[in-house]
Amino acid sequence: MIRFLFHRLVFQALPTLFVLAALSFLLVRLAPGSPFASERELPPQTLEALNRAYGLDQPMPVQFFRYIGGVLRGDFGPSLRMPGRTVSELILAKLPVSLELGFWSLLYAIFVGLTLGILAAVKPNGFGDYSAMTLALLGICIPAMVMGPVLALVFGLWLDWLPVMGWHTPADRILPVITLGSTYASYIARLARGGMLEELTRDYIRTARSKGLTEAGILVKNALRGGVQPVVSFLGPAAAGLLTGAFVVEQIFFIPGLGETIVNAALNRDQFVILGCVLLFGAFMVFFNTLVDVGLALLNPKIRMTAGRKAKHEG
Amino acid sequence: MSLLSVEKLSVNFPLRRGAFTAVDSVSFDLAAGETLGIVGESGSGKSVCVSSLMGLVPSPPANISGRAVFKGASLLDAPGETLRRIRGKEISMIFQDPMTSLNPYHRVVDQIAEPLRIHEGLTRKQARLRAVEAMASVGIPDAESRSRAWPHEFSGGMRQRVMIAMAMITRPALLIADEPTTALDVTVQRQILDLIKTLQREHGTAVLFISHDLAVVADVCEHLAVMRRGVMVEQGRSAEILRAPAHPYTRGLLSCHPALHEPGEPLRVMPELLDPPASEAP
Amino acid sequence: MKGRGPESFSLRRDAWNRLIRNRMAVAGLLLLLLMAGACVIGPWISPYTYYEQDLFNTNAPPDRAHWLGTDELGRDLLTRILVGGRISFAVALAATLVSLVIGVTYGGISGYVGGKTDAVMMRIVDVLYALPFTLFVILLITLFERNILLLFVAIGAVEWLTMARIVRGQVMGLRRQEFIEACQVLGYSQARTLFKHVLPNVLGTILVYVTLTIPGVMLLEAFLSFLGLGVQPPMSSWGSLIKEGVALMEDAPGQMLAPSIALSLTLFALNFLGDGLRDALDPRRSEGAK
Repeated sequence: MIRFLFHRLVFQALPTLFVLAALSFLLVRLAPGSPFASERELPPQTLEALNRAYGLDQPMPVQFFRYIGGVLRGDFGPSLRMPGRTVSELILAKLPVSLELGFWSLLYAIFVGLTLGILAAVKPNGFGDYSAMTLALLGICIPAMVMGPVLALVFGLWLDWLPVMGWHTPADRILPVITLGSTYASYIARLARGGMLEELTRDYIRTARSKGLTEAGILVKNALRGGVQPVVSFLGPAAAGLLTGAFVVEQIFFIPGLGETIVNAALNRDQFVILGCVLLFGAFMVFFNTLVDVGLALLNPKIRMTAGRKAKHEG
Repeated sequence: MSLLSVEKLSVNFPLRRGAFTAVDSVSFDLAAGETLGIVGESGSGKSVCVSSLMGLVPSPPANISGRAVFKGASLLDAPGETLRRIRGKEISMIFQDPMTSLNPYHRVVDQIAEPLRIHEGLTRKQARLRAVEAMASVGIPDAESRSRAWPHEFSGGMRQRVMIAMAMITRPALLIADEPTTALDVTVQRQILDLIKTLQREHGTAVLFISHDLAVVADVCEHLAVMRRGVMVEQGRSAEILRAPAHPYTRGLLSCHPALHEPGEPLRVMPELLDPPASEAP
Repeated sequence: MKGRGPESFSLRRDAWNRLIRNRMAVAGLLLLLLMAGACVIGPWISPYTYYEQDLFNTNAPPDRAHWLGTDELGRDLLTRILVGGRISFAVALAATLVSLVIGVTYGGISGYVGGKTDAVMMRIVDVLYALPFTLFVILLITLFERNILLLFVAIGAVEWLTMARIVRGQVMGLRRQEFIEACQVLGYSQARTLFKHVLPNVLGTILVYVTLTIPGVMLLEAFLSFLGLGVQPPMSSWGSLIKEGVALMEDAPGQMLAPSIALSLTLFALNFLGDGLRDALDPRRSEGAK
């Protein structure tokens, strides 16, 4: 397992992060126009001084490795628009809220999605299946930016059951989490249903039945393990989607998360802030994808062994 | 008294128009400790026939009619609970493809031990001990150390041995073997057949053995039944059927099998015999 | 052997018949045509424009002059929704087309050439897959002029990954078939064989995936416009209209609901059509996999 993890990190995670860093850094630096260009023209001397101050007059590789070196030490550079503030400061101030929102939403999505999907697979084409899949279709076709305001309108403003603003009490979490998580719950429900149904056609399910296992036992002990694998694979993309989807939800429910920081940085062309966020989210995705691979390997001994053997040969 | 008695068993599947009859009014008896082989081409309904006895043919959509009595209990209309108590305890089953019949996500030892845990309420530890013994008894070398392995680490023949160990671990009165050697190499086939024969003799288990291969069945079973298009066309003692087949179809089957064939005679192929005029068949 | 042989024709007719028999898919197709038609024609015959303000008639409820009422600045909401729809459809088509061209070419070459080339090309796709795509788009926005169509060409240029993977898989399967070997025996060039004989046989799969890409891109546009990073005022898009509506939700919920319904209906239509197409073109998969 440790060998597997090592292999996964060295041969996949690090190259991905490096490519991401190089690609986005190049894009930022090669983009037309100076990062300091704004409405009012700056005198050339000021521009030059600014460039020197931020090290932008150095050759590109030097700039890049200097930046990477900083990032490794936790220094994502300065904000170009808010003098005196560093990117790390700006991000760290808001990140916990966004992470918490994403975390609860992911939990909600997994719980609701798995429940619906397994329910649907137990009796395909039955009433439960149709209800669950109709709900899933609704979840997929009603994006967060529609669901959020509608939930806020109905449960907040009209019924006055739940708060629709801020991020203080536990009740504040309910509507945003449902808004953000429902789309992913829907995808998970579909994947779980498909995975379970496919698993239930396998020969070893027949073997289990011939041993005298109850239907519930077959479901839990035999089908679930393989049936949830598509869901686990989906958790990587889902986590990425939740993080960015959170921007919209934060705006709707006035949650002080990272979304606002990023949007403002984008509007002000504060490049190092965006660059920092791209790298941070990239690292987060790589981390999550590694976690997913570990999860899959834990679920499936075959993956675990072939990966281990491959690691032995390559490493 | 017979252990299993099947009377006028029919299974048909409704189609968009009409229905397909997979098993057509099949009857046979099997006494305790006896071995009965069912032969027929693929699609002749032999597999559906035995699967329906185990309640493994989903109904609906299938319509199952007739009677099947096992140790005095009716199988076909038994409630799920009763059937589950028989399955894996009194009647065990092994299947054609050992590569897919084992759950890839569980260790071999736990899969072998599972029937004990279900039916005899053993603890995991006790069940594992018995499972390792069972592995040794079906000729798996290093049973102790191999028991912790996963199914994909075993060859086809070894996996079929695992399946047999699993099926025999509760000392069932009846073992149903559905083409257990078809997916295996010829040499491995031989070993598995010998293993089934040995275990059968040791424990006095009745065996219902399904195969498309007349030679294989004749080797293992005292009694023989020939199925064709869902109908049982002939049954009797293996030796007699081999010596003097009554039904032209059986004769056809015999004449196109190299191992059972008179040397020097031309080998036949089945298609021309599919609908042979009774008088012309050899 | 050509893509338009009698057999493939009847296969196509077969798929079409299956699609027509699927009521949900037909409903989706009709709804989609209706929406797209209204968005294209609507703004021409509307007596209003999306930018004309009428400060004496703001936040008006629906009436005979303004079927969906007016917004905060007295602009006709229906016209703004239709114009926004134009943006959504145009942007979705542009991005999908770009992703289609890149993805099919890349996946086709990777699958057709195979071997080391394929391994390297797919490794690149793997790495790109792991990038935080949405943020990357936001990065692009900060770097380039705020030209929405150009932006979506860029999105298309990033969005081709899944298409490439799917096409590659299909092409790999086809490559070993005899009619492709026949092309090689006949001395056709590799490019001709790939583009004239292999890819036409992948059309069905491509079509299905296109109907899945379009809603994804539409959502991305709505997402960006909602955040204020997409279309710029006074231009409207469904995302920006929803955003404007949310601010007035308490007093005039209709301004939030109308564009929301337009967006969701289109997504429903595309989903039904996509599912129907998948079932029609690949009847084996229609059971179970929903």
